[in-house]
This record gives sequence, structure tokens and C-alpha cells, in this order.
Amino acid sequence: MDVIIKNLGLLINATLIATPPLLLAALGSCFSERSGVVNIGIEGMMTIGAFVGAVTGLATENGWIAFFTAGLAGALFGLILAIACISFHADQTIAGTAINFLAPGLAVFLCKALYNNSSDTPAMSPSCKLPKLFEGVFPSGSFWANVLNVYSVAYLVFVLAAVCWFVFYKTKFGTHLRAVGEHPEACESLGIDVYRVRYICVILSGLLSGMGGAFVTLATINQFRPNVIVGQGFIAIAAVIFGKFSPEGALKACLLFGICSGVKSLAGSSNLVSPNLISMIPYVVTILALILFVGRARTPAANGKPFIKSR
Amino acid sequence: MGRVSHMDENKVVICMKNIVKKFGDFTANDHINLTVHKGEVHAILGENGAGKSTMMNVLCGLYKPTSGQIFVNGREVQFSSPKDAIDIGIGMVHQHFMLIQPFTVTENIVLGMEPVRGIKVDRDSARKKVMELSERYDMKIDPDARIEDISVGMQQRVEILKVLYRGADTVILDEPTASLTPQEIEGLMKIIENLTEDGKSIILITHKLKEITASSDNCTIIRQGKYIDTVKVAEVNENELAAMMVGRDVNFKVEKKEADPGEVVLDVRNIHARDYRNVEILKGLSLNVREGEIVGLAGVDGNGQTELVEILTGLRKAESGEATLLGKDVFNKSPKEIFESGISSIPADRQKHGLVLEFSVEDNMILQHFDEPPYASKKFLNRKAIREHASKLMDQYDIRPRGSEGNPAGTLSGGNQQKVIISREVTNDKELLIAVNPTRGLDVGAIEFVHKYLVEQRNKNRAVLLVSFELDEIMSLSDRIEVIFDGRITGSVSGKKADEKELGFMMAGGKKHE
Amino acid sequence: MSRKKSVFESNAFYTVLAIAAGFVIGAVFLQVAGISPVIAYGKLLNSVFSKPKYLVWTLIYASPLIFTGLSVAFSFRTGVFNIGAEGQYVVGALAACSIGILLKLPVWIHIPLCILAAAAAGAVWSLLVGLLKVKRGIHEVLSFIMFNWIAFYLSNYVVNLKAIHSENGGEATRDIQETARILFPESLRDLLGCSSANWGFILAVLAAVLIWIVIEKTTLGYKLKAVGFNSNAALYAGINSEHSILTALGISGALAGLGGAVQILGMSGRLSQFAGQEGFGFEGITVALIGASSPIGCIFSGIFYGAMKYGGSKLSIVKAPSEVVDIIMGCVILFIAISGIFRGLFRKLVKKGGK
Repeated sequence: MDVIIKNLGLLINATLIATPPLLLAALGSCFSERSGVVNIGIEGMMTIGAFVGAVTGLATENGWIAFFTAGLAGALFGLILAIACISFHADQTIAGTAINFLAPGLAVFLCKALYNNSSDTPAMSPSCKLPKLFEGVFPSGSFWANVLNVYSVAYLVFVLAAVCWFVFYKTKFGTHLRAVGEHPEACESLGIDVYRVRYICVILSGLLSGMGGAFVTLATINQFRPNVIVGQGFIAIAAVIFGKFSPEGALKACLLFGICSGVKSLAGSSNLVSPNLISMIPYVVTILALILFVGRARTPAANGKPFIKSR
Repeated sequence: MGRVSHMDENKVVICMKNIVKKFGDFTANDHINLTVHKGEVHAILGENGAGKSTMMNVLCGLYKPTSGQIFVNGREVQFSSPKDAIDIGIGMVHQHFMLIQPFTVTENIVLGMEPVRGIKVDRDSARKKVMELSERYDMKIDPDARIEDISVGMQQRVEILKVLYRGADTVILDEPTASLTPQEIEGLMKIIENLTEDGKSIILITHKLKEITASSDNCTIIRQGKYIDTVKVAEVNENELAAMMVGRDVNFKVEKKEADPGEVVLDVRNIHARDYRNVEILKGLSLNVREGEIVGLAGVDGNGQTELVEILTGLRKAESGEATLLGKDVFNKSPKEIFESGISSIPADRQKHGLVLEFSVEDNMILQHFDEPPYASKKFLNRKAIREHASKLMDQYDIRPRGSEGNPAGTLSGGNQQKVIISREVTNDKELLIAVNPTRGLDVGAIEFVHKYLVEQRNKNRAVLLVSFELDEIMSLSDRIEVIFDGRITGSVSGKKADEKELGFMMAGGKKHE
Repeated sequence: MSRKKSVFESNAFYTVLAIAAGFVIGAVFLQVAGISPVIAYGKLLNSVFSKPKYLVWTLIYASPLIFTGLSVAFSFRTGVFNIGAEGQYVVGALAACSIGILLKLPVWIHIPLCILAAAAAGAVWSLLVGLLKVKRGIHEVLSFIMFNWIAFYLSNYVVNLKAIHSENGGEATRDIQETARILFPESLRDLLGCSSANWGFILAVLAAVLIWIVIEKTTLGYKLKAVGFNSNAALYAGINSEHSILTALGISGALAGLGGAVQILGMSGRLSQFAGQEGFGFEGITVALIGASSPIGCIFSGIFYGAMKYGGSKLSIVKAPSEVVDIIMGCVILFIAISGIFRGLFRKLVKKGGK
């Protein structure tokens, strides 16, 4: 019994570490995709966020400042993507691919320029990182320490998912962003500024992706390395498609991924099965889930199509 | 018709003066004028492509005029976005409805001007306001239904309510009757009456003369982007209007000799099918077409025509029934098998089904034959033969610009794109030709051309099935008219004896008067 | 007048412009980082052009890139987006490597077998995604991403299996049999001064020409393009779109798999455990974009990217971060993506100039 509880605690702990970066990026992606802009550059935006988070963490010794600065860095790349896709009518997939080269390249480039040609930043002390919820309250390694004494952001992302859901379905802005992704011409004829809504959404997706990346360097580990973001951005995109482009769907999909990653890290330490095979679990499970339960997702009607203002 | 005019001649609401709108080198509007009074129904008449919609897009703030002035209630205005026009009381109902499919009726009507309480959209008060408006002007709607689930007629009422919700005093209706039954059109006329009675002005864009004489006070005619004249509708007749619209006398009657139908080519029996929402849409439909006759399928959009054509061309599977072509089974076969059995078709949506716009004109002309000689030998394309074939057809069917065999089909005008399809399908010369809305969006010249080829096909003793939402087209071309309603053929009349009122009555589900 | 216009209408003009702009922006970053762009770019050029053997290295680097570029370009032309070239490359490399190690065969069987196995592995990996799309309606971008990661871990798993793992420790397989290598004869390699010089580039060029013929000249190309551009019209005309999508994806996957074979049989001779994704698949997207999705264009853009990668690897000698290459490439793609705006701008300017 004790073993089960202990392992359950470890599983929840691992899930709470794996889920936040994915969920942050996926929520951002929901905004962008629902407003009609495919953002395939999430991976790059997360990487730049991870880097900026580490650098500001080291410089300010304040995890929160670092976390939000990282968000701004992601937002900057969101802005670049927005300018290219919205104002310049660039092909969204191509522009996103460009971001995926540009942002990680820039991150490692700047890292080498700042830290004496090293592609890793120095390790951060815990004081530079994001704070935990109940540091020192529970005995370390106990079930409650595993479940409750986690980085506060890990719980806040779930609150954020609820906020996003509220924004999407209950507010004026949410209504407009969903409408803009379906029929921009109709919105324009009603006086909704399509470009403005899409700019906000794409920049938001950059902001949240940047924060998602920063969670990895400011919580999961304690430094920036070139391979610190390996595929989380693409997984987030997959989660959004899986979750049918809605915040609540993305939450479920990210949790599924998070739990699978949790199982992976638990089983990985047992050495029974090859860790490489275990690492496949989240991806295989996703495919199986898609085959068995989900089926066709309805893409927003105007998704991926540049909108050219009349006049 | 006992129409009562509510026009107040002393009050000018809208005045457009010398409006010019250029797109690059192309002048869509060349010094257009328009004056609309309070309570007036003002028709704008012109052919497709004459510049009617451009003019109205200028008036509703979507386009910025290159030069010219707009006055509203005597004050000059300049719109920088549709919102400015909305704020000043001008609203437009576009020909292609601007509705968000997955949203509800209420959400669509209030979109962009949602009532809010705190930071939340106040749904209850939105719904209440919408219901008030709908009752005031007697427009029936279901406020909670999604757009994708409601009829075209209701979608149009939603569009009109959308404009009224924004407090419009002037309502622009762009080709509002395009897909309505004669009865639904009468309903629309009643709505227009209610609106003018309330002091609203209506601008009606149309190319249907009958509607103008039935509903309008004044009519402004434009041709090739130029202002021709504004006339009092009571003082002119339909032929005069038509001559002003086209710039010459036109003959709407299609010349054709007496039909001499031979043996049955297409025989469809008891077809049952479901639509994409899994609702039964064809409920035991039977139909036949003989050699040497044009059968017109009359009906309002949504009664199963689309599905029937899709089944007959292999794009959709029916649940049960039979279909034979000269004895060969063509029921639930693949498009290729059906084509080879002897059915070719001019599809309703030329850009969706008819053409690959990115392909060159010449490649589009061999769409069904690309892997057959002389266009291909041993898996390789024979470019020379393809080019020769295209050049021949372009000459024969007057497809312009000449010499554009290698250009993408998307660069041609709509009329010429349609000619590409017609040339291809008529050249296929199959036993049965199905033509679906073959003249939609074409100008008068192109319409005459299309009609000529359909009649010619029949004169060659081929069978032609014409599906059209334009009753006029059905009546002028068909040797026999079959009326489709609610997934069944509900009546059949000979083309010569057809009476519009009676057809309209049957199209709305009424039984034929004996 | 008409000649002037044709320059401003051509893809090549905007590609060159985008590349120039990319280098300018790269220079700005180098300058900001306190590194002289002249020295860095000098080193980049020097490491590619100063000796014939460097050029040979460039072509060696370019070979797999041309293959993955062709894979993506072919998918673009046939209406799907193969973001899974990465995974197909990996399974191709894995197949070629396993057969190269495990079987002992004469050269004239061993090499073709390895190459065929790689192409087949890539094709199967891509077809699985195609089947999910056609039969279950699952978004191909989503399943491609999943299959990229499954391939990644599958490869790492197989690399660590006893049967093929290196006996001297290290995180790689054993070397493949000499009979499976596609190296040039030793004399030629000595002459070129490059021990890894191989037939990979020749194979890549042959593949590009073959794909060009398929796309432009054959009925198969006509069919696949028709489905890619407008599947509704193709269906209406009696072309089976499911079959076409699967064919297109199979060919695209096979090309990426071949890229993996060329890398293993030619340059590396073994497969190492991956730390992160190899990147050949994603770089293939860039190659396809710079090559304007034309198979012949992919040869040149592949060489360009190969040169940038090879030259970039030498930048650390002058203490310049090699990541400047990624920055330049990212900018190049971005500028190509927005070139439509400039096209319109130039058209206007030319018109005004003409008046």
C-alpha cells in the first residue's frame, strides 16, 4: 500500500513537471489557431523563452521576473510571425518554419556570445528559479511533498486554462477571435478589426510559449542547453489539434501527455524495459487515442488562410 | 400588385456623386450617381460585372472610393471602415451571406455589438433584443439555432436583422432573391414593405426586372461601370429597362425547334439518400430523361437537387434505388465508371469541381482524358497533342484571351472559365449531359452562349438534364419541367405550358392544379 | 520593358534577394556580439571554396539535404505537407545501417538492398500517416509529429541492441560492412583528398532529375498534382484521391528514407544515438522552400545549405558561433515567405517607371 501511494505521489509530481510547459504553449496555440493563424513556430518561441528565462533568472535572481521576461521574448517572436503572416500575407507554415530556425539559433548564438562561447548557461541556484508552493512544510520525499510542494506555476497553469476557457466562450474578445477564425470577411463587414484581433492572438501565443519554455529552465532543470526544448512545441501543436482547437480540449490532451511522461520517468528509473521504448509511450498513446476516440477535428474555417483587407 | 409607396420625396437620405473606384488599371465604377429618399425602395439594375456590388461596397464602407462624394442626410461623409457606415445608419446584406456557420442566430446578429455585463457577454439581453426586433418586423427566426442548421430563407432574415440591430436606416440588399422560392420572395417583399413603412430606405441590387417593377419606386441603371440613368419605375416597362441594362435590344426567348424525344436515356427509380448531416434528403425520387430533350429540374435550393446530381455523377452514395443509362447500371458507381458509361456534367461550382485553377487551361481541358491517347502514351504526357486540342477548343468556343493555353485557368474571367468547362463537357459528347446552374454569375452574352450549346446538344439527339435555381432559365430552355420538392418529384409539366405561378406553387410543396 | 519585368517576376530573383538580406541580418548579429562579420563570413567562404576537397565535403553535406528537400518539395507539389521527413530519414538510416551491418553479401547486392530497404522504410513510415489521414481523417501534421518522435526513440532503441551496437563502447552502432559502403574508389578519394567522398551526390542529382520528370512529364505527376491542387475537381474527373494521396506520401517518404541511406552508406558508415532530432527533415523544408519546390531547384538549394552547414562547422575556429547559420537560414525563409509583398511593390515600380 505504501509503495502504491509513494509511486502515485511520484507520478503526480512528474506529471506536474511535464504538463505546464506543454499546456502553456498549447493554450497560446489555441488563441492563434482559433483566430485563423497556424503557428508552427511554437517550438522556436519556447526555446527563446527558455534561454531568456535562464539569463534573466541568473541576472535578477528573481524567478517571476525571469518568467515574465521570457514571455516577452516569446511575444517578440509572436510579433515577427504576426507581421509576416497578417500584414505581409506570408504562408503561415513557411513563416513558422523560419521562426523555428531563427529563434533557437539566436538563443544559442547569444548564449555563446554571453557565456564565453559556451552553449550552456551556468546552472542557477534555487533562489534564481521559480518558487515552490510549500518549501519545507512536508518531509521531503513524502506523498504530500510530491503532490503539493511543486512549483506554484504548475498549479497556476490549470487556473490559466480555466481563464482561457472563460475568455474564449464568455467574453466579447473571445467571441470575436472565434468569429475571425471562421469568417474574417463577415467580421470586417461588421466593423471588427480582423488584423487587430489576429495580432493580439498571435502575440499571446508567443507570450505563453515563451513562458512555457521558461518553465523548463526555471523549474524543471536549472540552466539553458541547446536541446532543452526537444519537441515540446510540436507536441503542444499536436495537443491543440487533438483537443479540437479548444482550451478545454488542449488541457485534456496536455494532461494525457503529462501523465504519459510521468509514467515514462517512473518506469525509466526501474530499468525493466528499455528507456527508449518507454519514451515512445506518449506518442503511441496519442496515435491510438486518435484512432479509437477522436476522429476528425473540425479546423476553424479560415485557419491558415491569409486575410487580405478589401478597400 | 397593390404596392403602397412610402417614399418621402422631400427627404434625401443618401446621395452619391461622381463616385469613381479603380482597382489597379481597371475602373469598376466610373462616375456613378445615386439619390435615395426616405422610405424609398431604390433598385440598382445592371448585368453581372457592371459594378453594382462595387458601388454598394463603397457605400457600406468596405471600399474607399478613388474619387467622388457621399452625402448622408445632407452632410458629406467619409468612411474609413464598415463600422463608420454602420454608425451612420447604412447596413448591407451581402449576396453571399456573411454568417459564422457554427455560431447561433443570436450570436451572429449581435456580433461586434454584443451587449455586455461586466466583462461577460450578456446573452439573455442579446436574445431579448433580437426577439423584439424579429417581432417588430414580423421576421420569423429561431434565435438559438446554429446557422448551419437553418434554411436559406431564415439565413437571409438573420442577415437583415443583423443590419437592423445596428440601427440601420438604409438597408442595402444585394441580389436578395437569388435562392428563394417565389413564395419566399413574396415574404421578402412583405418585409421590405414593413421596413419602408417604418421609414427605412431600401436599396435593392438585382438583375431581375420583374422584381423591380413589383417593388421599387425608382431604378438606377449602370452598365460597364458607368451611370446610365435613373428612372421612375412606374413610367417604364420591362423591355425598356432591359434595353438600358444591356445597351441593346435583347431577346430573352431561346430559339429552338420542336423537341422530338426518343428512347429513355437516364432512368432513375426510387432513390433514397442522406445528406452530410445524415438527414434523409432524397425520399424515393424517380426521374427519366429521353434522347433529344432538355429536362429542367425546378426547385428551391436544398430540396435534394445537389444530392441527386452528386449521386448521378458518383460523388455521393445513395442508400437505395436504381439508376440506369441506356440499360447500363450507373447506381452507386465511381465517378470514372459513370463517366465512361456515358454521363458528363457541368458542375454547379466551377471553381470547386469544374476546374483545377492552378492548372493551365490546356491541362484543364483533358481532365478526364489525361491518361489516354493522344494526350498520353506509355505514362508520359504528349504536350503537343494537348496544346493542339486546347487551341482548337479555344477557337471553336471563343475562349479569351486567345493564346492563353499555358496560363493557369484561374487567370481567366468567370465567363471564360465556364466556357472552358462547357467546351470540355460538350466535346466529351456523352449520351447524357447534366448541367447545374450553368449560367450562374455570367453576363448576358455568355448566358446566350451557354444556352445555345445546351440546345445544340439536344438537337444532336443527346439527353440534357438541366438543374437550375433560376426559374426563368428552366422555363426558357426545358422541353419538360420536373419539380423537385422535399426529396421527391412532385409535379411534371411540359415546357411550353409552364406557368410561373403554378411552378412556384409546386416548388413550395403545393399540388398541381388540375 | 518586358525583360525587366521578367526579372522581377522570377522566383530566383527574390531567392537571391532573400539570401542577401539573410546575410546582412546575420552580420548585424555578429557585429552586436563583437565578432567581425568580415572575418566570420571570410572564414565561411574560405572553408567552402579555398580547396577542392572542401567543395567535395560541401557536396557530401548536401547529399542527404537534397534528398529530404526533394521529399518535402514533392509533398508540397502534391498538396500535402510532409513535416515528417525527419522521421522517414531516421527509419531510412536505421534500415540501411542494420542491413549494412547484419548481412554479408556481395557489393552488387548489398548496396542496392540497403538503398531499397531505406526507401521502403521511409515510404512505410509515411504511408502509415497517409492511411491514418485517408481512413480515419487524422490531421497529417499531427501524426507526422508523433511518428517523428517514435522513429527517434525506435532508432535509439535499435542502436543500443547488442546485435549491432559498437563493441568498443560509445553511443553508436558498429561500422557497416565495406560491401555496403558507397564510397568512391580509393584512388579517386585520394585524388580528391577526402576519405568520405562518395556516390551520394550523384544519386541525389539522379533522384532530382527523376522526380522532375515524374512531376512535369508523366500522367502520374498530372494525377498527383490535380489531387494536390483541387481534390474535389480531381474526384469529379474520376481520379481516385485516396490512392493519389497515398502514392504521393509513399514517394515523398521514400525520398527522405534515401537521404538516410546516403548519409549512412556514404559519409558516416554507422548510426549514432541521437541526443536531439537530427534536423535533416526540418532542413529539408528549408531546402524545398529555397528551391521553390522545384526538384532541380532543390539541387542548388541543397548545395547552398550543405555549404552553409559545412562552412558553419568551421566558424568556431574564429570564435564565431556556428548558430549564425541558423539565424541566416531563418531570415532567408522569412524573407522568401514575405516576398509576395515585394513582388507587388516591384510590379508597381516597374509600371510607374514605364509610364
